[in-house]
Amino acid sequence: MKNKVNLKAWIFTIPSLILIVSFVFYPMIQAFITSFYTGVANNLSFGGLANYQRLLTDTTFQKALFNTLLFLVIQVPIMIILALIISSILNNKRLKLRGFFRTAIFLPCITSLVAYSIVFKSLFASDGFVNAMLMNLNIIAEPINWLTNSTCARILIIIAITWRWTGYNMIFYLAGLQSIDDSVYEAAEIDGATGFQKFRYMTVPLLKPIILFTSINSTIGTLQLFDETMNITQGGPANSTITISQYIYNILFKYQPNFGYAAAVSFVIVVLIVVLSFIQLKVGDKND
Amino acid sequence: MTKQAKILNIVQYIVLIILTIISVFPFFWMIVAATNPSVEVTKGTLTFGSYFTENLKTLLSSDLQFINAFKNSLFIAVITTTLAMIVSSAAGYAFEVYKNKTRDKVFNFVLLSMMVPFAALMVPLFRLFSNFNKVPVLENIGLNTNGSVIIIAIATAFLIFFFRQNTRTFPKDLIEAARIDGLGEFEIFARIYMPTMKSTYAAAVVVTFMTSWNNYLWPLIALQSPEKRTLPLILSAMGSSYTPDYGMMMTAVVISTLPTALLFFFMQKQFVAGMTGSVKG
Repeated sequence: MKNKVNLKAWIFTIPSLILIVSFVFYPMIQAFITSFYTGVANNLSFGGLANYQRLLTDTTFQKALFNTLLFLVIQVPIMIILALIISSILNNKRLKLRGFFRTAIFLPCITSLVAYSIVFKSLFASDGFVNAMLMNLNIIAEPINWLTNSTCARILIIIAITWRWTGYNMIFYLAGLQSIDDSVYEAAEIDGATGFQKFRYMTVPLLKPIILFTSINSTIGTLQLFDETMNITQGGPANSTITISQYIYNILFKYQPNFGYAAAVSFVIVVLIVVLSFIQLKVGDKND
Repeated sequence: MTKQAKILNIVQYIVLIILTIISVFPFFWMIVAATNPSVEVTKGTLTFGSYFTENLKTLLSSDLQFINAFKNSLFIAVITTTLAMIVSSAAGYAFEVYKNKTRDKVFNFVLLSMMVPFAALMVPLFRLFSNFNKVPVLENIGLNTNGSVIIIAIATAFLIFFFRQNTRTFPKDLIEAARIDGLGEFEIFARIYMPTMKSTYAAAVVVTFMTSWNNYLWPLIALQSPEKRTLPLILSAMGSSYTPDYGMMMTAVVISTLPTALLFFFMQKQFVAGMTGSVKG
């Protein structure tokens, strides 16, 4: 009887396990093996560490790595701090229209990454709405070349991602804040704590596990950034917004397909994810 | 309230109002653009026009095969969601209900797949699926088939984890009682668990449908023939045009955002619960 149930239990999980092994773990091992092969398309020959050595001198790769890390280092902290501030404002029960504000700020999460990227591309086009508005308000005299100036293009990508994902992170913090007893805050108010003190010394430490979770989540997401740069700037101008994922895509489909080299580049993302998640977990532990 | 507290209170509202405007404006603008001719859009109009049907006509008569892409997206999203609900929920259910050491280890192994970036799978998956095209039966999930996009989204660590977490709230007494009544293990799952866990399924349906509807990178690789393209691929193609027709483009954006917007407004609670995974919404 027990054995029969055990067998059935495996039957429940077998379809999922087959799919995950076939389409995640097996390809992952394949990618690792392929990264040691060189050649165009399916004419592969063993090349040892050649692909990894090539990474060291490939300036486009270095640019992609730099951009990806730049987006990570600037965008993730901005978004997380912004989401924390918004959620601590929205956690105030005396606030009017809380539900309305929460829904409005979450709204960007319903759009597909491609759809919002196109909207942002149109809004920030040189003859787009943002430039028209800034010129009407006399803030600028000439239209800003958001898409063709490398610094502006990077800023635009950061603005876009922040718009799309801040509300998403806010929801996690709001859920976390709900589990904190109001009396803790009331006690602090009686002791004369200011809003900032409450935020810095209560909200942030109490939400630490959730902040850690969301920052790991955002780190993994940003390291794989693709849809936005592909659709807003196409990685341009002059590769100034190209990301690692997009570079892999280019190696595969824009240039002559080089499976081995693309696989080697993709393992850089794997290593970065593992290392950065590990560091964040360590730092998170230490501050306890 | 002290004067300082009053000022702080007003500042809070101002911050929230500004953020609300920033969050909602792109939605407002895309509807404005969809109802105006492209010329008006570039002039920076902010009033709703009456050009929607014209934009729609242009969109439908263009060579982008918009209706076809809509159908492809819908077909893929519906089938993916249906299969994922059966396959992933069964696994999540079993990992919780039939807990033992071996299965816990296997579950942790499944979770590990969450860490694997899709970028690392791009190369081998593309090669694997192009090989499927040469094999009978498997050719149905080869490159340029709806199946290729469906098959890799049926079992995900996220969904299995989501179902396992939520199964904790499922009363185990029900299982014992059903066994005494002579129900088999599969019957218990299909006839007791599934109907009891409606809200969990609702949240999972919303998030799976949305993920599939919005999926971009894998379809971009797997679906390269024009008649197989899904909505995000069509939108992307429009966006990269050098002389974009903003009216038509935003009409396409509005129509493709509509299904997820409707899901959000009618199932807000499940939507948020699904998107945030295990955190109770």
